[in-house]
Amino acid sequence: MPKRILRVNMNNLEAKFEDFPADFAALGGRALTSTIVEKEVDPLCHPLGANNKLVIAPGLVTGTLAPSSGRLSVGCKSPLTGGIKEANAGTPFSQQLAKMRIAAIILEGKHKGSEYYTLKVTMDKAEFTSADKWVGKGLYDTYQSLFKEYGDKVGICGVGIAAELLGASSGICFNDPEGLPSRYAGRGGVGAVMASKGLKFIVVDDTGAPGVEILNEEAFKEGAQKLRKALTTHDVTKPGGALNSYGTSVLVNIINEAGGLPQRNFSAGQDDRSEKVSGEVKAEIIKERGGKRPHACNPGCIIQCSEVWCKPGGKDPVGVLEYESVWALGPNCGIYDLDDVGELNRACNDLGLDTIEAGGMMGVAMEGGLANFGDGKKALKLLDEVKNKTPLGRILANGTAFTAQAMGVTRVPVVKGQSLPAYDPRAIKGIGVTYATTPQGADHTAGYAIATEIMGVGGTADPMDTSKADLSRNLQVATAAIDATGYCLFIAFAVLDIPEGLEGVVDTLNGVLGANLTVADVPGYGQSIIDVERKFNKAAGFTEKDDRLPEFFLKEKLAPHNTVFDVTDEELDRVWGP
Amino acid sequence: MTENNLITITIKLFANLRELGPAKTIEKFQKDTTVQVILDKYQLPFKEMKLIILINGKPHITPEYILKDGDVLAIFPPLAGG
Repeated sequence: MPKRILRVNMNNLEAKFEDFPADFAALGGRALTSTIVEKEVDPLCHPLGANNKLVIAPGLVTGTLAPSSGRLSVGCKSPLTGGIKEANAGTPFSQQLAKMRIAAIILEGKHKGSEYYTLKVTMDKAEFTSADKWVGKGLYDTYQSLFKEYGDKVGICGVGIAAELLGASSGICFNDPEGLPSRYAGRGGVGAVMASKGLKFIVVDDTGAPGVEILNEEAFKEGAQKLRKALTTHDVTKPGGALNSYGTSVLVNIINEAGGLPQRNFSAGQDDRSEKVSGEVKAEIIKERGGKRPHACNPGCIIQCSEVWCKPGGKDPVGVLEYESVWALGPNCGIYDLDDVGELNRACNDLGLDTIEAGGMMGVAMEGGLANFGDGKKALKLLDEVKNKTPLGRILANGTAFTAQAMGVTRVPVVKGQSLPAYDPRAIKGIGVTYATTPQGADHTAGYAIATEIMGVGGTADPMDTSKADLSRNLQVATAAIDATGYCLFIAFAVLDIPEGLEGVVDTLNGVLGANLTVADVPGYGQSIIDVERKFNKAAGFTEKDDRLPEFFLKEKLAPHNTVFDVTDEELDRVWGP
Repeated sequence: MTENNLITITIKLFANLRELGPAKTIEKFQKDTTVQVILDKYQLPFKEMKLIILINGKPHITPEYILKDGDVLAIFPPLAGG
């Protein structure tokens, strides 16, 4: 059985399987979502109108036994940035799609009425039912009920109240292996695009799925073995290593020490209280409370950086508190209490909000006077405004830039309208180059220069050195390629240092595709994805002026290093320039 | 630098290195002490793994670095994330 595309027309509630085009054979994940969006979506369309499309695609090796490969990409024109968007999540849902040989779900059109629908996808059909009973409900209770209704073996993705408001900070929520609504394709307002069409949930049931076709079993097995060896031996990714023991929040202390952990809406780069929300403290509390640590976001992950945070006594599990979320809802809001952060993260998951954008929004809301920095309880109350769909809630659900404008705040940490993640570019310049130049809007995952600038993974670079175009470009190109494979981006930490691991990645691709790719083909493949995304953005009206950081990063010095972002415009333009 | 040639150093250990020494301590050392001396003192596994060493927020410090009075030394096991 060949791969298929499930095309869902929301105008007339029609869903049908199509042949997967032969010239798409080497495309998966981000390569496929960005290619389809560029091919089928008018760059000048309204992101929340009938002419935008939402594409969900598992990676090329997703659903196989290749380690840490359960990622998927969600693509569309973003209502937050106005450009192309790829948001990425690790979830069993991706593996189910891949095993059913569904290379992509393309959601198009827009249902005319005000009703919402659930789309249930099985091997041979896709059917709509009303989802109206879930409108206005939180996703924790809703996911529990949905699993009760459809059985606990299905995969679910859905959107929450923030998306019902068409908020540009709403994500698409995927279940984790325990069924918690905690794995998000978070960024860029992809949730609003799904909701705008009238679709609330997709339920996949992979009963009878044939599994992923592997054209060269020998190459695949050999590759998976090489990658497994790299992941289990590299100090960062191995079992008992820092990611496995403390989760991504192990970064809180090191980025704070490096003076690049943004505090109180990017007004300082360090605060001793950050230790209180560190990965070290969190791991200890999770152990005491009987949560889970480590934990896999999808079956077959070796790294297992995930966790389940909960209240005392193991009650009310939230799911993972990622570094970016802890920072956004913690130090960026002057909040240094993990229980406050946990409840804010729970509220974001429940409402279907991207935690990074929500934290960025809360930072500017606090600076604008809606709450005092540090007031976690008031921050929770502000998220209730979203839940209650008040006019203020509508403003907040539209993210950092929108809220800043509404509140008259001028320190607005966004690029292309999207909120900056947890590293201040004045203290760590290479990540600033990525924020500025990725087609995605400010996004750390697009080219994670931090690994090289701070941790010495994949080489070393001085974080204060302003010549970072090459570093950022190389990482952006490699990342785009990894995002196409379905491998977790964190495999990069191992394969950047262990050449056999990278060979293993390519071998598994050759195994699945029956191709003869080499490691030397990887950069060209990644660049072709970026080219497609930049082509879309250019046609949507973006110029080099959009590849810049906000003015305040160039003018306001950041403590403790007292530096500004001084990478030149010429250096920024050199990333994609001639 | 104090008159008797001692320097004061703040040492911070993170993640599982805290099993080998205190999370934070302020200690006095002889002038010209290197980072190596501290790695040895707390038996930090610098030979087994690529420890991440920062001085005053500056990364990529090597064991040969000669400590100065008032330096804040932060030592991490290999890590990354994001």
